[in-house]
Amino acid sequence: MSLRVRLRHRFPSVRMDVAFDTPIPGTTVLFGPSGAGKSTIISAAAGLFRPEECRVVIGDQILSDTAAGIWLPPERRRMGLVFQNARLFPHMSVVTNLRFGMRRAAPGPVQFHEVVDLLGIAPLLDRKPHTLSGGERQRVAIGRALLAQPRMLLMDEPLASLDAGRKAEIMPYLTRLKTALRLPILYVTHALDEVSQLADSLVLIDSGHVVGAGPVSDIATRTDLPLAQRDDAGAVLICRIAEHDADRKLSRLEGGGATFWVPLLDVPTSAECRIRIPAREVILAGKPPDAISVHNIVPGEVRRIAGDAGRRSVLVEIALPSGALISRVTPDAIVRLALAPGRPVLALIKSTSIEVLNA
Amino acid sequence: MLNALVHLPLVLPPVVTGWLLLIIFGIRGPIGSLLNDWFGVRLVFTTAGASLACAVMTFPVMVRAIRLSLEAADQGLDQAARTLGAGRLDRLFNVTLPLASPGILVGGIVAYATCLGEFGAVITFAANIPGETQTLPLAIYAALQVPGGESKAAELAMVSVTLALIGLLLSEWMGRRLNLMLGR
Repeated sequence: MSLRVRLRHRFPSVRMDVAFDTPIPGTTVLFGPSGAGKSTIISAAAGLFRPEECRVVIGDQILSDTAAGIWLPPERRRMGLVFQNARLFPHMSVVTNLRFGMRRAAPGPVQFHEVVDLLGIAPLLDRKPHTLSGGERQRVAIGRALLAQPRMLLMDEPLASLDAGRKAEIMPYLTRLKTALRLPILYVTHALDEVSQLADSLVLIDSGHVVGAGPVSDIATRTDLPLAQRDDAGAVLICRIAEHDADRKLSRLEGGGATFWVPLLDVPTSAECRIRIPAREVILAGKPPDAISVHNIVPGEVRRIAGDAGRRSVLVEIALPSGALISRVTPDAIVRLALAPGRPVLALIKSTSIEVLNA
Repeated sequence: MLNALVHLPLVLPPVVTGWLLLIIFGIRGPIGSLLNDWFGVRLVFTTAGASLACAVMTFPVMVRAIRLSLEAADQGLDQAARTLGAGRLDRLFNVTLPLASPGILVGGIVAYATCLGEFGAVITFAANIPGETQTLPLAIYAALQVPGGESKAAELAMVSVTLALIGLLLSEWMGRRLNLMLGR
C-alpha cells in the first residue's frame, strides 16, 4: 500500500510541481523551509485547495484525479486534518468538539475512550476551548480528527505555534499515536527534532519541488541533500533494544545492521526505539584504538565524501549493512586516513553522544 | 442589484420610500391591488401598513449587521468542519450561524429600536392615525402641533429616550453574553 501524490500549480511567486510515493501505514514527514509549499500539499490532499493538476491516491482509493475529472470534496474524503492553530469550535465544549466528526462518520475502529486515554484529555471533556492551554487545545484537535475515523491523518505543523515546553508535552502523545493506531500520517514541519522523532519516511520539499524522498535513515545521511548540510545534521536509526546490562549500566541496541551501547534505558527489551547520532559526534578511525573510553566502534564503508567549504569541514557518509551514519571531520583527517568511497572505516561513537528518542 | 435594492431605503429620503410604497402597495398599485382583490387586505393607512413601512426602513440595518457578522466568520472553522465530514447546510446551522448569532441578534435589536422611531415613510404610507398607525415620533410631532401640547410631547420624548436606551443596552448586554458563551 502506498500514498501517491502528484500536483502541479502555478502561484504568482512559485511554480509547484510535486510528485512522491510513500509507503502506508507509517509516518511521512514533509520537511522544508517555510513557504516551500508543504502546506499546499496538505490542503490539496484534504481537498480544501484545488490545484490546476492534482492526483491523490491512497492504496486503491482515488481521492482526486483532475485529469479524469475526479474531485472528492473534503467532507467526503475522510482525511483527518490537524491545523497549526487547533481550530476548535469555540461555541462547543471539548466533548462536543470531539464528537463532531464522530457523529458524522460511519462507525470505525477508533474508539472514543481509546482516543481520550491516548491523548490524556479525560479531565478536559467538559471545558470550553478558550479555557485550554495551547498544548491541550492541540491534543483535543488531534482527538477530534482521529474520531472522524479518517483513512489518513494530515498534520500541518501541529506544534509550530507551541513553545518548547508545550511541544515536549505533546510529543510523547504523537509517538504513542503512531504505534497505537497504525494510521497513516502525513506530517508537515520545518523542525528537525520532529523529523527525528516521528518520521518513517521523509520527503524534502524546497520552493515547490521534491528534492529528495525515501526512508528517514537514508535521507538524513545523504550528503547530497540539504538535510545533511545542516549544522545539526545526524543519522537517524530505528533500533530494537537487545539487552540491558545492569552491572555496567548500559543497554545494547541493534539497528541498521550494527550494535550500539547506550547508557542504561528504562524500557523493556525487544521494544523499538529511535536513535539520533549527530554528525559532529562521530569520530573516524582506520584501525581499532585500544584503551579508549568509547563503547561503540562501528565498522562501515565510506559511501560518499562531500566538501562543506563554508564550515571548512567535510561530510562523510558511512554505509552500514542496512542504514548509514554521517560524520563531520576536517579535510585534513580525510587525507591522513586516506579515506575514499568504497574504503572500510571505523566509526567511533561515545555512548553518551547517542540521543535515544521516545524510549 | 438585490443588494442595492435592499439598501436603497437606507439612503433614500424616508418620505420617498413611503411614497414608493404607496405606489406599489396602494389600492391601485401593482401589488396592493392584488392583495386587496384576492385577500381583501388593505395596507395603506392601516397598522399593517405602518409595520410594513417600518420593516422596509429597518431591513437594511439588519441585513448589514447579519452580513458583517457572517463575513467576519472564521473560514478556518468552516474548513475544519468540512474535513470532519460536515456538508454545506450542516456547517451553516452548526458552525456559521451559532458563531454569527451575536451579530444577528444585536442587528435585530437595533433594527427594532430604529423601527420605533420611524417617521417619514410611515406618515407618507400609513398616515398618522392615533391608535392605529401613529408611531412615537408621529405622536410627538402631533402633540407639538396642538397648543399646550409641549408637556405631552416631553412625556413622549422621555418614553422614546428610555426605549432607545433600553434597546442599546440590551443589544450590548446580549452581545457580550453571547460572545462570552462563544468563548471570545
